Amino acid sequence: MSDTRDWPLYEIFIRARGGLDHKHVGSVHAADATMAIEHARDVYTRRMEGISIWAVRATDITASDPAESDALFEPARDKIYRHPTFYDIPKEVETL
Amino acid sequence: MYTQGLNEQTGRPVAAEATEDEARLRAFQARIDAEEKIEPKDWMPDAYRQTLIRQISQHAHSEIVGMLPEGNWITRAPSLMRKSILIAKVQDEGGHGAYLYSAAETLGVSRAELIDQLLSGRAKYSSIFNYPTLSWADVGAIGWLVDGAAIMNQIPLCRCSYGPYARAMIRICKEESFHQRQGYDIMLKLARGTAAQRRMAQDALDRWWWPSLMMFGPPDAASMHTAHSVRWKIKRFTNDELRQKFVDFTVPQAKFLGLNVPDPALRWDAEAGMHRYGEIDWTEFNQVLKGHGPCNRERLAERRAAHEDGRWVREAAAAHAAKHGARAAA
Repeated sequence: MSDTRDWPLYEIFIRARGGLDHKHVGSVHAADATMAIEHARDVYTRRMEGISIWAVRATDITASDPAESDALFEPARDKIYRHPTFYDIPKEVETL
Repeated sequence: MYTQGLNEQTGRPVAAEATEDEARLRAFQARIDAEEKIEPKDWMPDAYRQTLIRQISQHAHSEIVGMLPEGNWITRAPSLMRKSILIAKVQDEGGHGAYLYSAAETLGVSRAELIDQLLSGRAKYSSIFNYPTLSWADVGAIGWLVDGAAIMNQIPLCRCSYGPYARAMIRICKEESFHQRQGYDIMLKLARGTAAQRRMAQDALDRWWWPSLMMFGPPDAASMHTAHSVRWKIKRFTNDELRQKFVDFTVPQAKFLGLNVPDPALRWDAEAGMHRYGEIDWTEFNQVLKGHGPCNRERLAERRAAHEDGRWVREAAAAHAAKHGARAAA
């Protein structure tokens, strides 16, 4: 009854205001990238939620695997010396 | 609510989870208990996935079919302002359907498959949209009561354990408030209008009150999925709890309009601090859900016609994309 296949899926990222990052808001199906932008405008910015839209083919995104996240992020886990609060600086020392 | 059809068993029974790996299940439940959100690529029990696909897609279908009863009045809205508002509201409903289909797809089901389920009549959508909109006052009653009931149900869903569904619901809830208030505004204008306008408003309340209460789904005692859904934090309140809250909120609003809630058994129970209301006609609810409501056939026929009438547009867009894609590659 419906068409044999879906239009490709585009993930949509929107910049809410100048100075902010584009943020993922959801996805739309579209025949091409131009239509993806138009659909994203209609679906995600009906109340001026954005000033800029990125549309990325969902198949072009490579994502890390949550099941592997322990191993993936392990290198950062024991390096608390990367945080400024790791260091005890005497009170007398100022502007540091 | 928009997902009343969950009681019907299609596909696999929820008990299928028994076969899943016990340790993984325990870890999954521990994450839920710790209020962590589950994201699309995370491991989840199959029954959790299937429950969500059914719930989110029924919810999406309800938004899409929900465009029809109100769309019926766009060309006959009493002023240009009312027409603009109604178009914006109906467009929002389409948007809500789009957010929700998008959330459902993260669970591994395709959009085409979901649309197909709706158009073939296999999927359920909310019983409320199978009632006709006979007068302009119905547009007011729908915004006030139907969207009011939807908000009651949807606010707790913003904290649902499945991330994409919760995020879609946050977006939807932000927009629903406009829907409810424009509806109440229509009712207010009618209630303060001529005797004929007040009669229209009362008639709309008479016809939409009970179907609105039915939107919350079967009573808790007869609701098969509540326990699982509560444990998985898909559902935070039971059907009866939400229905009660809706009655308590809405009765004073009706009183302010000077309209009578069509329930002779309705009374304030001061001791319990809540309204008591009469028996809901569950036979009617079940009939509508099974496809025998006043407008079931009409709604599906309209959706199918819209889908077929749009086919040439989809085909043209696909041909255009293929041509330009080929040109870019050359």
